[in-house]
Amino acid sequence: MKLSFELNGIEHYLDVEPGEPLLSLLRRLGMKSVKEGCGTGDCGACTVLLDGRAVRSCLMVAPQVQGKRVMTLDGLGTVNDPHPLQEAFLECGAVQCGFCTPGMILVAYELLTRTSDPTPDDVRNAIAGNLCRCTGYVKIVDAVLRAAEWKREGRWR
Amino acid sequence: MAVETQQGGAVGQSVRKVDGPSLVAGKPLFTLDLDIPGSLVGAILPSPHAHARIVSVDTSAAEQVPGVRAILHHGNVPRVPYTTAGQGWPEPSPYDTVLFDTKVRFVGDRVAAVAAETEDAAAEALARIRVEYELLPPILSPEEALAPGAPIIHDEPDAEGIYDASHNIAAAVDIPIGDAAAALAAAPVTAEATCEIPYSQHATIEPHCVIAYFDDAGRLVVRTSTQVPFHVRRIVARVVGLDPARIRVVKPRIGGGFGSKQEVLLEPVAALLALRTGRPVRMAYTRQEVFVASRTRHPMKVTVRLGATKDGALHALEMDVLSNTGAYGAHALTVLSNVGSKTLPLYNKAPHVHFHGRAVYTNLPVAGAYRGYGATQGYFALEVAMDKLAEKLGLDPVELRRRNYIRVGETSPIFEKIGEGREGTAQIVRSCALEECLRIGAERIGWREKRGQRREEGPWVHGLGMACAMQGSGITGVDMAAATLVMQDDGSFRLLVGATDLGTGSDTILAQIAAQELGVPVDRVLVYSSDTDFTPFDTGAYASSTTYVSGNAVLRAASDVRAQILDVAAAALGERASALELAAGVVRSRKSGKSLTLSEIGHRATYVTDQRQIAATASFACPESPPPFAAFFCEVAVDRETGVVRVERFVVAADCGVAIHPQAAEGQLEGAVLQGIGHALCEEMLFSPRGRCLNAGFFDYKIPSSLDAPAIEAILVPSEEPTGPWGAKSISEVGINGPLPAISNAIYDAVGARMVRAPFTPERVRFALGVIP
Repeated sequence: MKLSFELNGIEHYLDVEPGEPLLSLLRRLGMKSVKEGCGTGDCGACTVLLDGRAVRSCLMVAPQVQGKRVMTLDGLGTVNDPHPLQEAFLECGAVQCGFCTPGMILVAYELLTRTSDPTPDDVRNAIAGNLCRCTGYVKIVDAVLRAAEWKREGRWR
Repeated sequence: MAVETQQGGAVGQSVRKVDGPSLVAGKPLFTLDLDIPGSLVGAILPSPHAHARIVSVDTSAAEQVPGVRAILHHGNVPRVPYTTAGQGWPEPSPYDTVLFDTKVRFVGDRVAAVAAETEDAAAEALARIRVEYELLPPILSPEEALAPGAPIIHDEPDAEGIYDASHNIAAAVDIPIGDAAAALAAAPVTAEATCEIPYSQHATIEPHCVIAYFDDAGRLVVRTSTQVPFHVRRIVARVVGLDPARIRVVKPRIGGGFGSKQEVLLEPVAALLALRTGRPVRMAYTRQEVFVASRTRHPMKVTVRLGATKDGALHALEMDVLSNTGAYGAHALTVLSNVGSKTLPLYNKAPHVHFHGRAVYTNLPVAGAYRGYGATQGYFALEVAMDKLAEKLGLDPVELRRRNYIRVGETSPIFEKIGEGREGTAQIVRSCALEECLRIGAERIGWREKRGQRREEGPWVHGLGMACAMQGSGITGVDMAAATLVMQDDGSFRLLVGATDLGTGSDTILAQIAAQELGVPVDRVLVYSSDTDFTPFDTGAYASSTTYVSGNAVLRAASDVRAQILDVAAAALGERASALELAAGVVRSRKSGKSLTLSEIGHRATYVTDQRQIAATASFACPESPPPFAAFFCEVAVDRETGVVRVERFVVAADCGVAIHPQAAEGQLEGAVLQGIGHALCEEMLFSPRGRCLNAGFFDYKIPSSLDAPAIEAILVPSEEPTGPWGAKSISEVGINGPLPAISNAIYDAVGARMVRAPFTPERVRFALGVIP
């Protein structure tokens, strides 16, 4: 079937199998930041933003994004021009292996588009569906709070 | 600290991770992020039975599935006994595994493998393989395995290195020092604890995965999520019968390891499928397969008996271990050895020590290396027993530790008696800041004010507990790492290391170690790691070895390169090298004040006079294994009605020598502590009466989320390890050893129940409290 949707700001129009998982479609389109950790919606590594809301791409099929906007981590910033939220993850040491990082950053991004002044508990709640086995979450929470601080200081673009 | 940090980015600075910018940008850095055109999908047929003989395998229907390109099973794959444990040579784990056997030994054991054009075709082919099994009685506990007349799990004649196959004993150790039994019988005060740890899983977020393909010269490239690329190359070559020189193993970024990727699991299967089809093959475990068919922590029952004088001096220690290695003996002997070797030296004053144990086969998933590597199991029992002993003596548990822990300049006979499956190496402790760890940890948690208070809040009762632990830094007599450092014509550097960064930050830390010696910022050192074609050898990332062992190799290489730089500069300036100093990217003469920049030196050596490549390769074999130390303190709240345990705060103060990258070291502690809290409160693989895992997924097997994580405070207490690179020791494992006993001891402080069976679920706590009779 034909599918049209916006991926990181670019219109896509392509043929898909109706049952193709969104995760598989996105990776097929080169969005390797979308990770598969479980395939059952439990770990959050495949998180993407669908019209600005965090969803698990392993639990969705491609046709569900018809006419919608999908954002993956690739759409946030680049190696040479990272988004302040990505900077904050680096500066706070929130990245160990980096496999959960794309999903973590996207759920944090969703939180910080809703509020610029989250409490530590708000952050913990926002990332609760994204599992990390490396960090104990300590520095991830620090990073999101720092990014929020930067946002309040007007450092977000 | 004696370390100079005049350079931005040198030792002691939490510099930006060298791979950080590309990781936060989501670049395609991981194994499966590489698309190789024409790749086939590999998949494995798991055994549905815990113990059975394969009577026949019929692949005729499966071969008819469109898109199927190869099917492997015992009938068409040569039988080569090996071990999946990725360890040094000689391999201490038994050769009790073959790629495809005529017998299956656990639910999930490998029966056959297929390669097909699509996942659907592979799945369809697996479903059409007809296997006839002759069922055998399954053994589902170590006790059953040891019972007289028990079925023999490894009855194959070609296995090697099994301690006693006819009694299902994979490995055994018995190390008597003095006469512990007599000393215990005569001791004025004794205490005993038996603690049990169930099956638990590393749960790396990235499942095990591999791509096997051919390069332009027709050599086999194995791109894999591994902790041990060089062992993968050696083992794959032997198992599939290929000249190792025809194999290149590449480890890209990997999504967590914790020991589970110190195993060679998918690589030989993918390699063989690629060789049979001549096509690239991708394979990945599903999450369910990760739980069942990768590796787990060794479930254990550990009994510790302590004998002490009335003033709390330990006089006798006995430790008895029953370890369940599951269907195969991966790491069976070495994990078992470490239960004693990494715990008993902590209390080195006792003249009488007896360490003995057995690792036995069962028809359950295969245990392997898991962060802590036996020490975690040993400390659970040891530190609960110490808490009991303190109570009997009427001593503060902190004070009891203080009277007994190993000091600088001291040794323990255990170091020499127990090594990795053989004798160890005598060593003295050259750095230990445990005293300071105890002081800071106790102060931070409020030990004096809050312990024994049993503060109540409705049904919740608060309590405090503590524990101590040590680990090692690499394996003496086994580990070897090498590094090659090359100066470029522009005066920057390339560092090539076999060391394997699992996400721990070792690429960054090794760059810092070189940068410190070379007097340059870290961004002048480009690191390339873990590629058996391009980097020198390294035993791999395990046993807390990388900072210490690989770091020492890097420091040696850097120091050699530094000397070469000074020689070139000396010739250029017409001065003696001894009059020159290198700092901030400049070589300067103390005598004349004349100077040359590193880029001038690189240019001169490359193009101008006395042309040469400034470069060095150095290696470091681990002569001793300096222990990092840690003190753990926690506050828990226990709901007396429901049995729910909440960890309110967790403080860990650790001595890893000089922390090369303090933020990364804290990160290791925080992550290890939360894994330990998972062990203590919620993690346990459950099995049906026929040996099938009932919770092989994140929905049913709970690992801590951000909402389950308490406030974890990680404090680095500096010491300086004279044998370490810039004073450093290890940090990656020690943090997981404390949570089980510290939380158990805190529950006791709160409600008087001794929790000795992990995890401390509400149901078990209520049993212990007598709420459930």
